Amino acid sequence: MIPALLVFAYLGVVLYIGIFAFRHARPSDHEAEDYFLAGRALGPLVFLLSLFGTNMTAFTILGSAGHAFANGVVTFGLMASSSAFVIPLTLFFVGTRVWALGRRYGFMTSVQMFRDRWECAHIGTVIFAVQAALLVPYIIIGVMGGGTALRAISGGFIPFWLGGAVVALVVMSYVFFGGMRGTAWVNTFQTILFLSFGATALVVIGRGLGGFPAAIQSLRDTADLAPLLTRERFSPLTFFSYTFIPLSTIAFPHITIFCLTARRMAQFRRTVIFYPLCILAIWLPCVFLGVAANAMQDAPRIAQKLEARRVLAAAPASLPVDERAALRRLASGDDVVPIMLERYAPLWLAGILGAGIMAAVMASDSQILALSTMFTEDVFAFYGGKTRFGEHVQVQTGRAFVVVLTLIAYAVAMQAPQGIFDLAVQYAFSGYAALSVLFFAALFWKRSTKWGALAVALWTAFAVVYTATTPGALAWFGLMPVVPMTLIAAVLMIIVSLATPPPSAETLRRY
Amino acid sequence: MRPIAFLFVFASGALYALHQDYWFWRRVEPLAFGFLPSALWYHGLYCLAAALLMWTLTRTAWPHHLEHDDPRGEDRRR
Repeated sequence: MIPALLVFAYLGVVLYIGIFAFRHARPSDHEAEDYFLAGRALGPLVFLLSLFGTNMTAFTILGSAGHAFANGVVTFGLMASSSAFVIPLTLFFVGTRVWALGRRYGFMTSVQMFRDRWECAHIGTVIFAVQAALLVPYIIIGVMGGGTALRAISGGFIPFWLGGAVVALVVMSYVFFGGMRGTAWVNTFQTILFLSFGATALVVIGRGLGGFPAAIQSLRDTADLAPLLTRERFSPLTFFSYTFIPLSTIAFPHITIFCLTARRMAQFRRTVIFYPLCILAIWLPCVFLGVAANAMQDAPRIAQKLEARRVLAAAPASLPVDERAALRRLASGDDVVPIMLERYAPLWLAGILGAGIMAAVMASDSQILALSTMFTEDVFAFYGGKTRFGEHVQVQTGRAFVVVLTLIAYAVAMQAPQGIFDLAVQYAFSGYAALSVLFFAALFWKRSTKWGALAVALWTAFAVVYTATTPGALAWFGLMPVVPMTLIAAVLMIIVSLATPPPSAETLRRY
Repeated sequence: MRPIAFLFVFASGALYALHQDYWFWRRVEPLAFGFLPSALWYHGLYCLAAALLMWTLTRTAWPHHLEHDDPRGEDRRR
């Protein structure tokens, strides 16, 4: 119960930070810019930590360790080091330009930039619809993650529905009151917690395991676990395919919008330099702990997982689907870090580290705010709402949207099985990677046209639905679907743009 | 292409290629600190190399022309 109380104290602090930010917001002539973009005035440290925190989800701590538990050391190269290179590079080349254009022309969303760059109206709405549809599963997963994490940390005392409701209410409250400023401050606080989490967990668990060299040696001595220390079970082509996934980051609406919040462009300098180091500090301990958990065969819950994995590996193809799914659930390693903490950390430390896990789970805040910003700017304001009702009503509409979206996400999260949304998130990553073509074309290729952009948006929507519903679709030559999805999007942009008239010279001069 | 731009394109391409470390694919050793398998310490160093490349990029190829754009000038329209 002590860890759960500490997590509730953490939620209280988060709520206070959000509302504190609201109370310190100064009256402004640009009310919408102030609420949705923190007045484009975030300082260097808050910008770096909150941008990083915004991109870290429940997967970072729980999922990465779980993936490493099942797949071994490959997880780090697969997801972390490729991101450490590609994400800062896209922030350097795309993020800085988005920031400069936003500053100059007042853009608050990427769709506003696309509409101006390609002189289009409804094609922008299509891009909005695709971006928004791909983001919704993340928000639902966030609510589910909150319920699961709080239930696990309280040892089952807090039921899933209550945990999900508490987390959704806290997130909704500070997004509602604090807007981008509150969200950025909360994310900064959460990132500091993440960063402390990795190192502390590594030291505490390392001691509990009797030192890591002994744990690694025991894995090497066990025939079916030794391959976890190499990548021999993993295809190099799949490993290569994963380097396309981080392209998705710059196309995520919450990341693009976050790029617009920096006070000065110089803030991108530190962000791109420190981003790879933050990834290293968080992912390396989590992946290593996930692998090392395989050595805890004396822990009943770990032993149960290992046994389920062995049964699954030896199971005949004729094994019924529901039995296979049950074995997969049993073998899943998403909770190995909490299990290790429960076993080796003192109660008070397990509570603080539990708060670190909650910080990762609550990443849906910026996604909710981003959808609200997109709805009010790309739909409400664009179709005349702002002109008719004014900026104050626009901000209140954004706040109402936050409440409605959270309630819908909670209702869906309580009804639907998580597997569906896990799958949707998986394919949404590939979708956003394909949408990154829009940013490169808009910013670096003057000949690109609105019809090329429409072709990319429609292809992305089709490809995500197709790959999610058809097993093996677009997995050509052993590559993951993200590679053909992104390359075909680029080819479509080139061919369709060359076949259609470019925007006016006046518009091109400004880009 | 300016020599500095060529250098950065080459460095970025090389770093991207170095991500595919086939030479460590089936090897656990050499272990770092007696417990960190090669796939982990190599990609840990890879992150440090990425940070170094970003530091060099920001020092020598920073897009100053964007920074000096009029921040809230006449072009601002919405």
